[in-house]
Order: sequence, then structure tokens, then C-alpha cells
Amino acid sequence: MGVDVVVVGAGVVGAACADALSAAGLRVTVLDRGPLAAGTSAAGEGNILVSDKEPGPELALALSSLALWPSLVEDFDIEWDSKGGLVVATGDPTPLERFAAAQREVGVDARWITPVEALEMEPHLTRRVTAAVHYPQDAQVQPVLAAQALLAKVRRRGGVLRPGVAVVGLDARGVHTTEGVIACEHVVNACGPWSGEVSRVLGAPIAIAPRRGMVLVTAPLPPTVHHKVYDADYVGAVASGDADLQTSTVVESTAAGTILIGSSRERVGFDESIRVRVLRELARKAVALFPALADAPVMRAYGGFRPYAPDHLPVIGADPRVPGLWHATGHEGAGIGLAAATGALLAELLTGATPQLDPKPFRVDRPGVLLCA
Amino acid sequence: MRVVVIGGGPAGVAAAEAAVRAGADTVLVDSEPTLGGQFHRGNPQRVDSRVRHLANSTVWAVQGLRLHIRTGPADSPTRTGEAIDADAVVIATGAHDRVVPFPGWDLPGVYTAGAAQALAKGQGIAIGQRVLVSGTGPFLLPVAESLKHVGANVLGICDANTGAGWLRHPRAANPTKIAELLGYAIRLRTSWQPRTAVVAAHGDDKVSAVTVAKLNPDWTIRSQRRVAVDAVCVGHGFTPRLELAVSAGCKLADGFIAVDHTGATSVPGWYAAGEVTGIGGADLAAAEGEVAGTAAAGGPCPATALAKVRSGRRFAAALAAAHPIRPGWQTWLADDTLVCRCEEVTYRALREAIDLDATGTRTFKLTSRVGLGLCQGRMCGRSAVDLATTLAAQRRTFFTPADLQRRPIATPLRLAELASLPEEDL
Amino acid sequence: MRVTIDGVQHSATPGQTVAGALLADGRTSWRTTRGAGKPRGVFCGIGVCFDCLVTVNGVADVRACQRLLAEGDDIRTEEP
Repeated sequence: MGVDVVVVGAGVVGAACADALSAAGLRVTVLDRGPLAAGTSAAGEGNILVSDKEPGPELALALSSLALWPSLVEDFDIEWDSKGGLVVATGDPTPLERFAAAQREVGVDARWITPVEALEMEPHLTRRVTAAVHYPQDAQVQPVLAAQALLAKVRRRGGVLRPGVAVVGLDARGVHTTEGVIACEHVVNACGPWSGEVSRVLGAPIAIAPRRGMVLVTAPLPPTVHHKVYDADYVGAVASGDADLQTSTVVESTAAGTILIGSSRERVGFDESIRVRVLRELARKAVALFPALADAPVMRAYGGFRPYAPDHLPVIGADPRVPGLWHATGHEGAGIGLAAATGALLAELLTGATPQLDPKPFRVDRPGVLLCA
Repeated sequence: MRVVVIGGGPAGVAAAEAAVRAGADTVLVDSEPTLGGQFHRGNPQRVDSRVRHLANSTVWAVQGLRLHIRTGPADSPTRTGEAIDADAVVIATGAHDRVVPFPGWDLPGVYTAGAAQALAKGQGIAIGQRVLVSGTGPFLLPVAESLKHVGANVLGICDANTGAGWLRHPRAANPTKIAELLGYAIRLRTSWQPRTAVVAAHGDDKVSAVTVAKLNPDWTIRSQRRVAVDAVCVGHGFTPRLELAVSAGCKLADGFIAVDHTGATSVPGWYAAGEVTGIGGADLAAAEGEVAGTAAAGGPCPATALAKVRSGRRFAAALAAAHPIRPGWQTWLADDTLVCRCEEVTYRALREAIDLDATGTRTFKLTSRVGLGLCQGRMCGRSAVDLATTLAAQRRTFFTPADLQRRPIATPLRLAELASLPEEDL
Repeated sequence: MRVTIDGVQHSATPGQTVAGALLADGRTSWRTTRGAGKPRGVFCGIGVCFDCLVTVNGVADVRACQRLLAEGDDIRTEEP
């Protein structure tokens, strides 16, 4: 029996696409070669951020997503925490000031605060703070719960979830899987860092590659960090394509009392092995930002792969080469935050509705994204 | 040629001595102040003086054949660090007790069999005055004996299996072992109760009584009675310490490190010996250590030790077959029974996670929070996945043994220790 | 050796662990869990379960069963 859409990839982006598509009345099947929500969605901090984005299409997507998320999961507990972000500079405050001013122009709530106010918000912060910006809109969710919530809605509407089923090809009959052919009108490639690989299987290669990120987790501590606290160098690292190790500090606590220390970016393919240098850099920067964490035990380090396109923008739209094939990927470390608006945009494009956002910056046939088959 | 042996129990000491005899520059890294491991606790062992013994030291991360080590008082931020580049590594990190969860197992006064043993042999402390020993396997006998030595009144030893099976097993016909175990039985003069288990512990802030059940062969409960105790010690076999092997990329088989007859793992340069390759006791561990240490150093195969390994493994296999963990233990749990002690995750929370289709190790942990506490699933991991597999009987599951043991930071270290690692050690 | 446990002077012997000293002092639990506030003491005794944590010389999260007492150690069992 056929369906309207097969969504490949049951991470948060695939789940959001499936949710939006099924809400639009389409019959949806979601496949994943592994368990549900177990890849990149299970390997991040669950960030829903506006603070780290400069004005442009990604920030527009983030703001739209931020507005959409609560309504998508209102029946579910996904540990939504509107804890707010605090970006602190320890050197020249001018770049941060300029960055925040530009964000304010496009509707980001970016509040310039004094070092004294920053220390009131975060008493354990280094005294070396020279300037800070408070972003009350920054939030955090438990990303696996978020993806599961969206998938539960899909199932409730009659959609089918098939973990453990991989895609092996696409032709006029439909999607070929490890468990037979599924006849369908449309296929959505939402495989995160594996989207490049899956796009080749589907006969329409796109340039999505993995960047590895590592996060350190401390033992549960008494309350020490109250917001998402970033070093102001965060933005520079996100927007860069250098293969070399980049770390920029993000320190925050979780409901369980642990402190998460992120994050690094390395282009090492799908290599999962640990690099002590990465751990040291994360630790160094965290202790510099929060000297009180020096004695905190680090009990875990986890890594994940984030999907990125050459121009560091998400890829959302129709593939011009294969009718019925769509991509929704390339969100890097921002997939949780951007998922809600990505699902909405993809569903609007697929059903022919008028998009709420300009889809052009995310189109598939932009320079560097399409690869030769 | 530099061989690094990790773990100073019977396997590790034998491996280090064999490696040094075969001419390798040998380092023995052990977390305890003195050698001997859990088996020889309270009775420190020596190692060949040509071996560089790093006491109070833990390997907290591996990167290829580079081992990252901290040395100093346990969990102290004042520890010092070094990185050692090995040509070959022998993992001999042993095993710790497995305890299946049951209502009240988190009450103070409930100890693992290994804890009772370590406190008796290492600290001269009896965990209580009226003590029940419960679990399965012959290891419960020396534990009961250690308890008696420090003055505890051992009310009985409950073995959930009959134990008789392995005596009848043709491969287990090892006269020395049988004599050893009979010796315990005679010396102990305590009641040994087959097909019996402590299935619940009671008390407010400390255990004051336990429920002892007669079991069916599958470990479901037939009948039960209450027994007043002030301590109970429990051991349902052992869990090997595999995090370093998993970090190094070694393949596992049946929950242990897969090795060939020389102790070589699937990763070149990495060897393993002792309980990490299968539970078989100190003599087998020492023989395996000798074989693996020699092979790691490129020496000639020690024929006598190899023969001991062969017969020892047959005995170990028979022993394991006679002391299985039967699934009936899962019926001992109530909805609010903690499965994960440190994150306080209940059986109910596991069921709710499975109901959300969290059927891979990572999503199961993140959804239920099982295994995310300080012990990182070392105590509860196996049991949690067994429970999840039963709960998910109608679903496709993706649990793999290696995922449970994936701890790239093998032992916690302080953030400042990590931050201060010198450039040359990275 | 002299050590202090929760402000009270104790004598200790070389080789004694923090857990050994606490148990010898008659204490079976010295910590409560974050969630339900349940008491915890020694469980595994060999450094695996992290139930027995104490604060040693101002540093929290030290496994009492693994840590050998040293002259002058200040052991605190209260939550910091």
C-alpha cells in the first residue's frame, strides 16, 4: 500500500517534517536505519538559540522556529527550559556590541548588560568579564523527547514509524528499502550528517558532510550555572569551515544537576574516537569562564556528528534532478532549534502552500550543494 | 618494545612478569596502592622489580596506543598525569559484581558481595552481625568465609540456582576446584540454600529485614518469608570492566573482550587477560595473563600456561552454564523499584521510555535517564537493558553490549586536571 | 594518624580508607540522593557505584571506599 510521503531519517528534523506533512493531511511513513531519534538528535545539548546567529536567513528560520516550537509540543513534556542565554566578552567588547545591535534590528531580544549585572545573573562567572549580552529567548529542550513528541503526533494521525529500516534506492515504483518497496509520491531526505550518503543512494548527491562535536558532562553539582553562558567567540566558530579543531565555550546546567560544557567542531569524517586535545580545550575554556568549576568531576564526554553544507546554511527544498525528492538537512549544531520552522517550510513547499519564510536561501540548487551523480 | 599492563590483579601481575621476562620494557598500571587486585586484597603481591609499577594510577583515556594516566590519591585534584606510548597493551582490568535490582536494594546495609569481601579483607570490617549472603555462584562461599573471619554471623547463603548442575557437568570435573569448594562448605558450617534468593530488603534508613524467597528454576518466586538481618550481601555473577577495550575498538563476544588463544584482541597491539575475557577465577586469570603478556612482548608461547588456559576455560564455561541469571528476577521488581541507583531511575521510568519507542541504547538512556549518573551505568547497565528488552518484546530493539560500555572517559577526573594537561601529552 | 570527620578528631591507621573509618565509627550511610533524599553509604566497595561519596579537604565527590586516609585529612559527609 502506498503513502504520500516517505520521510527518511527519524531525527528531530525528519520528525518535524513528518509532523507538518501529516498535519497537512498527507499520509506519511518515517524510516530510520536505526532506532528513532538516536543519531545527531541524541548527541547534542538541545539548543533552541537565537543568540549565536547573525542577521540573515538562518536567524529568520530560528526566530520562526522559536515561535512555532511551543505550539507543536503543547501536549508533551519535552523539558522546555526558557533559561535564556548570556554571552560574555572577556576582551574588547566592541565586536559583541556590534553583533548584538545588528540582531536587535531584526527582532532579537538582545539586552546589553553591565559586567556587574552579568555577575548578578551568574555569580560564579569569571571577574574578567568586560561586557555581556542577555538573550532571554534562548531555550533548551531534551532533544530526544522533542523528536519523540513529534513522532508520537505523526503516529496518532495514522502515520507509520519504521525504525530499523534503511533506504537502498529510489525509482518510479517508489522507495526501495531493506524491507521492500514503499510506493510514494514524495521522499524527504532528512538524514542529518548522513544525508550526503543517503542522497547518493537516492541518486541525487548533495554536499552534506559531518562535523564532529564533543561535549563534556560533569557530575551533578550544587547550582552553579543558571543560564546558557557563552564566550563571545562562539559565533566565529559556528560560521567557519576550517577542518582544524575549533572550540568555543558554552557552559550550562541541566535539570539533573550536571553541567554541560561544549562545544568543539572538527571535520574528522565519522571517526568516533576520542581526542584528548579536544577535551582539554573544552575544559580550559570552561574553567576560564567559571573558575569555580575547577574541581568539578568530569564523568562523561559524548560526541556527535552535525550535518553541514559548504555555505553553512540548511538545505530545505525540492531536488531539481529527481522529481518527488526533497531534502531537509544541513542544520549543523542548530537542528533542534531550527526543526520546527524547517518542517513547516518543507510542508508548505511540498503541498504548494505559500511559504511563511523566503525559501530561496535554503534551496537545493544553490552553488556548492548539488554534486555530480 | 614497551608493554603496558592495565590492572594489578592475578592476570595483570602475571602478564607484567611474562612481558618483562620476554624482554619488554614493562609498565604495570594499577589503581590500588598495592598489587593483587580484588582476589589478593589484604595480602599484597609483589611483581618482578624490573617492572615499572605505577600504583594509585588509572588509565582514564586511550588514544590509539597512547594511554592517558592519572596518579595519586583517588579522585584527588592533586593527582599527576602522564601519557605513555605503548607498543602493546594488556587489559587486565577485571570485573565487578553484578547485582540484579530488587525492592530495597538501595538501602544502606545492602552490599555487593565484593564490598563485603573488600571491607573484610582490606579493612577488617564486618558489614553486619546478622548477615545473609545471596546471589549465585561459588564466589559467594569465600565471601561468606571472609565475613566469618571478621566476626559476622552468616545466617545462610542463598543461591538462586541449584549449583548442583556444574558438579555433574563432565567438563567441570576439576578435582582441585571441587575440593576447594567442599572445603569452604565444611569450614563454613552455614546453611547453603539452593533455589533461594533475597528478593526484597526492608528498613527505613538501614536494612532491618529481608524477604527470602524459594524460587522456581526460572527464578520466579514460589514462596517467601521474612528474615531479620542487619546486613545482606548480594552477587549475581560479574560484569567485566570493558570501557578501555571499547575505547580502543576491541570487538566483544558474549559481553566479554573477544580474544584468540594468545589473548590478542581484534585490534593490533591490544591484548586482554583475566575476567575481562570471561569469568574463571584467579588461577585461570594468572595463566591467561602469562600467555597474553608473553604474546604482547613478542615472546615464545608458554606451553604450560597455554594448557592451563585451555582447561581453565572449559571449567569456566561449565561454571557459567551452571550459574545463569534467569529472567524471573525481573518479576521481583515493583514499579517504584530503583533500577539505576545514582540517577534514581525506577522500573516504571524504563517502561515509559520503551513506550516512547526509546529502543536504542542512547535514546533509552536519555529518555529514562538510566545510566546517566555518576556510575555511568556500571552498576545497572546490564539489568536495565535486560529489562528493556523484555519490556520491548513487541518492538524492534537496537541494544548492543558495546554501547553500554562506551565511556571514553574511563574514570572521572577533575575539570582542572583536564585543563592542565601538558601539550606533549595530548 | 589523626584525621577529622565532620569536625570530630579520629585516629586512623595507614591503609584505612575513608569508608573503613566511617563504618568503623558505626555509620552505615553518610549521603543522601539528589532526588528522593535517600540515604547512601557503601554499596560496591570497589570504586564502581559512586554511592559512598564524601568531601575530602574541601573537594567534593571523592569515593570513600577508594580514598586512603592521610594525616590531617578533613572529611566532611554533609552535602556541600
